[in-house]
Amino acid sequence: MSKKILIVDDEPNIVISLEFLMKKEGFAVAVACDGEEALAKVASFAPDLILLDVMMPKKSGFEVCEALRADPSKAGVLIVMLTAKGRDTEVAKGLALGADAYVTKPFSTKDLVARVKTMLGIV
Amino acid sequence: MLSGWFIALLATAYLGLLFAVARFGDARADAGKSIISANVYALSVAVYCTSWTFYGSVGRATSGGLSFLTIYIGPTLMLLCVGVIIKMIRISKAQRITSIADFIASRYGKSQLLAGMVTVIAVIGVVPYIALQLKAMAASVDVLLEHSGGSFQVLGLDSTFLIAVVLALFSILFGTRHLDATERHEGMVAAVAFESVVKIVAFMAVGIFVTYGMFGGLSDLFQKAAASADFGRLLQLDSSRAGTWTSLIILSGLAIIFLPRQFQIIVVENVDESHLKRAVWLFPLYLLLINIFVLPLALGGLLHFDGQGVNPDTFVLTLPLARGAESLALLAFIGGLSAATGMVIVETIALSTMVCNDLVMPILLRSTGNFVDKRNDLSGLLIGIRRAAIALILLLGYIYFRAAGEAYALVGIGLISFAAVAQFAPAMFGGMYWKQGTRAGAVAGLLAGFMVWLYTLLLPSFAKSGWMPSGFVENGLFGIAWLKAQALFGLAGLDEISHCLWWSMLANIGAYVAVSLNSKPDAVEASQAERFVDVFRFDSRNTEARLWRGKASPDALVQLLERFLGAARAGQQLAAYATSRRAEHWRNLPADADFVRFAESELAGAIGSASARVMVASVAQEEDLGLEEVLDILDEATQVRAHSRELEAKQRELEAATTELREANERLRELDRMKDDFISTVTHELRTPLTSIRALSEMLHEDPRLDLADRSRFLGIIVTEAERLTRLINQILDMAKMESGRAEWTTSEVDMGEVARESMASLEQLFREKGVVLEGDIPSSLPSVLADRDRLTQVMINLLSNAVKFVPGGTGRVLVRVSGAADLVRVEVHDNGPGLTAEECIVIFEKFRQGGNTMTDKPQGTGLGLPISRQIVEYFGGNLWVESEPGAGANFIFTVPVPAPDDNNGRQTA
Repeated sequence: MSKKILIVDDEPNIVISLEFLMKKEGFAVAVACDGEEALAKVASFAPDLILLDVMMPKKSGFEVCEALRADPSKAGVLIVMLTAKGRDTEVAKGLALGADAYVTKPFSTKDLVARVKTMLGIV
Repeated sequence: MLSGWFIALLATAYLGLLFAVARFGDARADAGKSIISANVYALSVAVYCTSWTFYGSVGRATSGGLSFLTIYIGPTLMLLCVGVIIKMIRISKAQRITSIADFIASRYGKSQLLAGMVTVIAVIGVVPYIALQLKAMAASVDVLLEHSGGSFQVLGLDSTFLIAVVLALFSILFGTRHLDATERHEGMVAAVAFESVVKIVAFMAVGIFVTYGMFGGLSDLFQKAAASADFGRLLQLDSSRAGTWTSLIILSGLAIIFLPRQFQIIVVENVDESHLKRAVWLFPLYLLLINIFVLPLALGGLLHFDGQGVNPDTFVLTLPLARGAESLALLAFIGGLSAATGMVIVETIALSTMVCNDLVMPILLRSTGNFVDKRNDLSGLLIGIRRAAIALILLLGYIYFRAAGEAYALVGIGLISFAAVAQFAPAMFGGMYWKQGTRAGAVAGLLAGFMVWLYTLLLPSFAKSGWMPSGFVENGLFGIAWLKAQALFGLAGLDEISHCLWWSMLANIGAYVAVSLNSKPDAVEASQAERFVDVFRFDSRNTEARLWRGKASPDALVQLLERFLGAARAGQQLAAYATSRRAEHWRNLPADADFVRFAESELAGAIGSASARVMVASVAQEEDLGLEEVLDILDEATQVRAHSRELEAKQRELEAATTELREANERLRELDRMKDDFISTVTHELRTPLTSIRALSEMLHEDPRLDLADRSRFLGIIVTEAERLTRLINQILDMAKMESGRAEWTTSEVDMGEVARESMASLEQLFREKGVVLEGDIPSSLPSVLADRDRLTQVMINLLSNAVKFVPGGTGRVLVRVSGAADLVRVEVHDNGPGLTAEECIVIFEKFRQGGNTMTDKPQGTGLGLPISRQIVEYFGGNLWVESEPGAGANFIFTVPVPAPDDNNGRQTA
């Protein structure tokens, strides 16, 4: 059974590219375009890994991350924060909130795929 | 039954208790644990309330009504001048002042003449006052004995004499323990404070007994009194006596600091300046409490003894006795005894210091030429003189009391004494605040004031007692009418106290000022004037050293100290002085100006400043500094002070500048932070389109077999995002230029209607594609505005493309309305989109904040269009805002002002 990935971003074109990229690698993919929708999708879709944008309307990526980590039943979900804000403080904040990795936009598609696979234990 | 012996025993026991309190105070002081607290100090100031208060106030109230209050209002007002008294204390500590005579003498060049004059005035003015206290004690004993029918005599001596002897003993024991008069008499102060407590307790006890025990409370008493027209008069304030009120307030206000005993307690015995702050309210409170029952007692006495001829001065005793309350009467007797003894003790100690230092010493120093050269220890002699002076003053008081008896001269002496010491005021205050005051002026003023006082007040009181012919009072001296003693120069109609105060102060102040202005101070005077008037800023160490020049032998100085202070005390002081100058022994110190000054101030503490100066001059070869030279040195000191003030001002300026810089720095930091945030946001905005471009390009690049549909979709996205990136960069640059003021503006007359029409035309295609109706309501003739045409077009296009973005496709409607007024042109862009919340109406004008559903429209917006538009409109003096409610569409409105006719050539290019 293929691993499930949830893509959360408010930029439609980024969602399009990520969705295409992940599907091509054989993952099952679901999409959310804001924080609230993301939490709903986590419950319904039960992803193994989330690609989570930080700057989003309604709930920021940080808030989503915090909510997920506060819920023991979601403890196994891997979180990769994606952000266009590359400042050190943001990285530190994301990791402190329990994200498993932090990737700065724009990213290399190759690196991102490799990273996701490593995290999911598919080599 | 009150037997004479019992009363004697009681009085003796009370005085014994007083001794014990004083011993305790001294013992604690010797052990270094002073019991003089702020409260004790404030209570000791109440030595002001003598037996004249204790018995006499009631008597005065029976004849003068409320006027007895003046004696307490004056001191209360005077104490409010805390600054004046603090200055007096500071000067006295710096100059080691021993008495009020020493204070005045020291200020005017350490003048023995002035010291002597002040002493003589004080003795003449105050000895009768002491006699009054003895008389009060005698009278109170008489009342008690008369009541019990007993009598009391030991070895043929009357009780008053015995009391005087005990008081002399007390004063000698606790007033002359040390030679150094500036050293405090803490035991005495403690005893006086204790007595203050006793007298107020006793007086209030009698007051409460009479008011509530003999009558039914205050209202009952006053109602009964009011029933009698005669008594009712006492409760009224008599406006015709206002002159008396004013002069009594002035007199008693001066007395509270210038009576020798008051100066002793307030200034010389002060341990800590901060104690004064307590006294400022505690002492007036004390006065208030002790006065509450004066009027009730007076009324009660008058009502109770109506027509029996009982002396009102004895009401405090006779009222309790009339009801058989013997123990209360005894308490009142002890209270009266407290009031009298407290006054006598402090007064004799203060006077004895003055007599010894300022009368006897100068005479001794002058008359026996070899007195100075004798190698014997003089400290014992000094103490002996002081003790003899105490005995003598009390003896004088006793003799005066015996001689005067019931004579008028005794009854009115309280105020006469006040008027005498009031003569010190001009020289004192002038000396503290007026550098031009000179010795000659002070002598003249004192002499003039004293003579007038003698002629208009003291001698007439003698005449009224029948001790001398009264012709000069009734007909004037040598029969000259305008020399009538109590109607001088025809000034009749005043009471004798006001009359004396008026003329004596006129003569005193007049002579002081006139002579001061017409005489030159000598060198010592000039430097002392500086030290007194500028006591708070006098740089003593530096200037003092330069104000003395000469040669001195340390051995001679030390010998002098040993002879006047005693070897032990001199050794002690020398050791302390050596330590303060970081030397092991005084022998290692040079006999310089500082050493001489030390010796002189130590001597001054013992024998007064004037005598000390004479003594030091006798062993040191002093070079006389000319007045010019002294003034130069003082002037220099003043300049140094001025410089230091300038420096202080500079420092304050610097501090202000530093604060300003710090604030500016804060602001810069804030700006920097904002810029940082801005850059971070801009980076974010730039990275977002780049992310899609990179990700999609990489996928296209890596997978050549991607099917055509995906391929062209991805390329389409890449093109759109690249366009968005370009637009973003252009707008950021545009914004940055405008914010830094480097944008280029071309200003010309612009027809706003034309701009609107052209903008609408250029976007027509876009509107049509989306199926949105675009309508215009634009009048053909509008006043032209002065602006940059291209920039206004930019604003219009921005607003229109925003509108088309947010209205629903197919049913959308956008209306452009332009209208002109005299002073501005108004443009509205109205849409029927989703509308904005009140909060959104504000934030959409912030950078990178977009309204509505950004998910769908994000690629088109940069979040900079509205901020830029607003900057443009505001640059031309207009406003841009939005009026909207959710669901009701949005109406973006901007205005551009129409230039006044004469302003046509105003802005060409900016």
